[in-house]
Order: sequence, then C-alpha cells, then structure tokens
Amino acid sequence: MIEVKNISKTFGDNQVLKNVSTIFEKGKTNLIIGQSGSGKTVMMKSCIGLINPDEGEIVFDQRPFSRLAEKKKKDIRKDMGVLFQGGALFDSFNVEQNVMFPLNMFTTMSLEEKLDRVNFVLKRVNLENVNNLYPSEISGGMMKRVAIARAISNNPQYLFCDEPNSGLDPKTAEVIDALISEITEEYDMTTVINTHDMNSVLQIGQRISFLYKGQLWWQGDMHTILEEENPELQEFVFSTELTRRIKK
Amino acid sequence: MLKMLGEYLILLVEIFKRPDKGPVFRSRLMIEFVGLGIDSIGIVAIISIFTGAIVAIQTAYNIDSPLIPLTMVGFTTRQMMILEFSPTIISLILAGKVGSRIASEIGTMRVTEQIDALRVMGVNPANYLILPKITASMLFNPVLIIFSMVLGIWGGWMACIVTGLVTSTDFIMGLRSWFEPFTVTYAIIKTLVFAFIISSVSGYLGYNIKGGSVEVGAASTKAVVYSSILIIFFDLILTQLLLI
Repeated sequence: MIEVKNISKTFGDNQVLKNVSTIFEKGKTNLIIGQSGSGKTVMMKSCIGLINPDEGEIVFDQRPFSRLAEKKKKDIRKDMGVLFQGGALFDSFNVEQNVMFPLNMFTTMSLEEKLDRVNFVLKRVNLENVNNLYPSEISGGMMKRVAIARAISNNPQYLFCDEPNSGLDPKTAEVIDALISEITEEYDMTTVINTHDMNSVLQIGQRISFLYKGQLWWQGDMHTILEEENPELQEFVFSTELTRRIKK
Repeated sequence: MLKMLGEYLILLVEIFKRPDKGPVFRSRLMIEFVGLGIDSIGIVAIISIFTGAIVAIQTAYNIDSPLIPLTMVGFTTRQMMILEFSPTIISLILAGKVGSRIASEIGTMRVTEQIDALRVMGVNPANYLILPKITASMLFNPVLIIFSMVLGIWGGWMACIVTGLVTSTDFIMGLRSWFEPFTVTYAIIKTLVFAFIISSVSGYLGYNIKGGSVEVGAASTKAVVYSSILIIFFDLILTQLLLI
C-alpha cells in the first residue's frame, strides 16, 4: 500500500499540487486521472521520487519515502517498477539486455538464471523471439510490453505506469491495460496508473483518484464514475463524442 | 556562469561515487574504449600523417639561409608534433568528435526519460553514464596522442623523402637532436587534462538538458565550443606552469 499524505508542490508561482492525500491499495490498479495540467504527472513523479514535494509525505508500506536521503531511497526503489510514457528503453541495449538490466544491477543471479527470468517475463507479456531486437526495430505496443517486462523483471512490489496507452491504437491499448491488470493481480502489486484514457478508466479502474487543478476532487471506481454528478468530473468523463453518445 | 559551475561541480561529486557494480562498470568501460577511443584512431591517423608532412614541407620551404642546417626540419617537426600539435590540436579534434557524441548521447537519454528510468531503478545515472566515459577518455587519449606523435613524425619523414627537400639522414639527425624526454611528459599531462575537460564538460551539458531534440543539438554544439575554449585556456596555463 502507498499512502500519499498531504503533498503540495509549487513551481515558481504555480501551485501544481494542493494538499493531496490518497491511498493506493495493494493488489489493485489505482488510477490517477485528470485533464492535462491537473497535476497527474507531478503526483506520479513525486511518488517515484523524481520530484520532491514541498510539503507532505509518501509512505510505502510504513516506509516513509519522500523525506529520505537519495541513498536511503535506493532500498525502496529496488521494489519499484516504472513504465514510462515513451517506454524509456535503453537505445543501445537490445530487448534482452533491457529486461536484464535490473537483474544485472541488483541481483547476484548467474547468467543462466537471469536469462531464464528474462525469457519468463517476456513470455508473460506475450513476447517471444524478440530478444535480439533493438528498441528501434520494434513497434510502439511491443516497446510498451518490453518496458513492462523490464519493470516486473525484478519482482517489484510497486508498479507505476505513466500514460501506458499514449500513442497506441485502441486494440493494443486494451491489450496493455489487460496485461497490467492481470500482472497486478498475479503478483499482488500496488499498481498506480496515470492516464486520461476513458477506456482504461472503465476497463481497469479499480480505484480512481480524479485530480482537478492540483486538488484531489473525487475518488471512486469504474462502477461509480459514470453515475457521479460532480460537474468537473462529468466534464472530464464525457469530454469525448463517444462517451457523450454512451451517456445519451 | 556561477550557477553552471556549481551544477558542474555537484555533478562531478555524483560522477565520482563508487560504481554500483564493478562488473557492470567494467563492461561499460570496454564499450566506451571502443566508442570514444578505438573509433577515433582513423581520423587521428589521417590528420597526424598529413599535418606532420605539411609541417616538414613548410619548415623546409622556409629555411632560406644556408646557415640553418636542414636537420632543423626533423627537429621542428618533432617539437611541433610533441609539444603542440598532437596534444592540443588532436584534443580539439576529439572535442568535436567525442564531445558532441557524448553530449548528444546523454542528452537524448535525458529527453527520452532513459535517465529518469535509471534513477527510479536506484542507479546513480551520472556515475553509470559519465564515469566510464571520463575513465575511457583519460586512459585512451594518451595512447591516441602518442600514436599521433609517431605518425606525424613519420608523415614528415615520408614527405621529405618523397619531395626530396631534405634527405632521410638529415631528417633523422634533426629528429634525434636536443631531445628532452620531459616534453613527452608535458604532452601527456596536457592530454589527461584535456581528456577530462572533453568528457566531463560534454557529459555535464548532455546530462542537464531540458527540452527536446532542438536542445540536444544545441547541447552538442555547446559541448564542442566550451570544450575547445577550455582546452585552449588550460593549454596556456599548463604551458606556463610546466615549461617556464
């Protein structure tokens, strides 16, 4: 479980997060949703330690994270897997080397054990016979799946996904969503997903936090979001022609 | 300017921390030896041979007085190559070739979130990415520079033989005259300082990019410009300190 306790962040005169508190539950897909500029990315980056909040605290299973020195954060970081928006695969490494990277850095496994683990996680994300391909040689959807494989290769307790569906066609996006959801359940991870894709919200939103102008505006799940009367949330949810038609 | 210097010094502290894993550092070092060192052998060889030849021909052409012996051609070629051309000019060329490569490689990793990915995995990105480059440059550039000295002098000798301006005997006699081994030490010291400047300054400029592809290009250009200016500046300081 991850507890976000009263975090605030200001850049210059712009207060991006205003006293946000929420809980990301274990074994569930926790979604952070909101329009562009609502503070989703800053919240996600605060959780993974790329930004230090001005106030408040992030606690990983009773382990305070945001106030720790960089060296001490390392222990918690070893338990994190992060899927970045663009995949952030290392260009100079092939698929196998990318997925093996966390194992090389943080385990004492033999090469054989590492290769077994790499092949296992690649199979888990439905990728086979791509070990020797480089990121430039694979499609966007495959890149995301390799990034997921890398994120889970070292058995993390926490999985963070920043806009996992951006740049993907609807069918591939659905596959990626389903994969993240299955993995979360299978490994009993705390998964946090930053998205503005309503398909994802309705497909895997087991716990949803809606941010509006830097504040936590609403919390619920995929079953309650469509019935909610909050006008700001309604504006976000029914912002596309498709959702407006469904509403009618 | 002061802000940049502060950021650079803070980055150096991060870079010179103990690597997370020895075997990973060694494998990165081998990759950098190839990328920054071995891949530069060709350009260093071509430029050194031709410059040595040009220096020898120009020296021979400028010796008008019968009182100046033609052995001076060999002597001048050697001194030019060891004292200035190989350590400084080759380092300037490496600032262009290697510096822009380092800045654009690290800069691209920054804008595509690869550096963030390293950081959230618990890896020290500055140490992981830049330390092998600095180490490889400081170990391999002296080899390149000695290689350049040898090829430059050989180029001068060949030019004299082919053009017939100076005999082989005169050239070699000049080459062996008044040789001070300290000049080579001086050249190696300069090379080490220049290698550090090229790799660390370019690494810093790539690492601190904010923005996208335009900024990567700008950082790459800045890496060459800043490294070149610093090389010339430190060339003056080191010459003053070591030779006078």
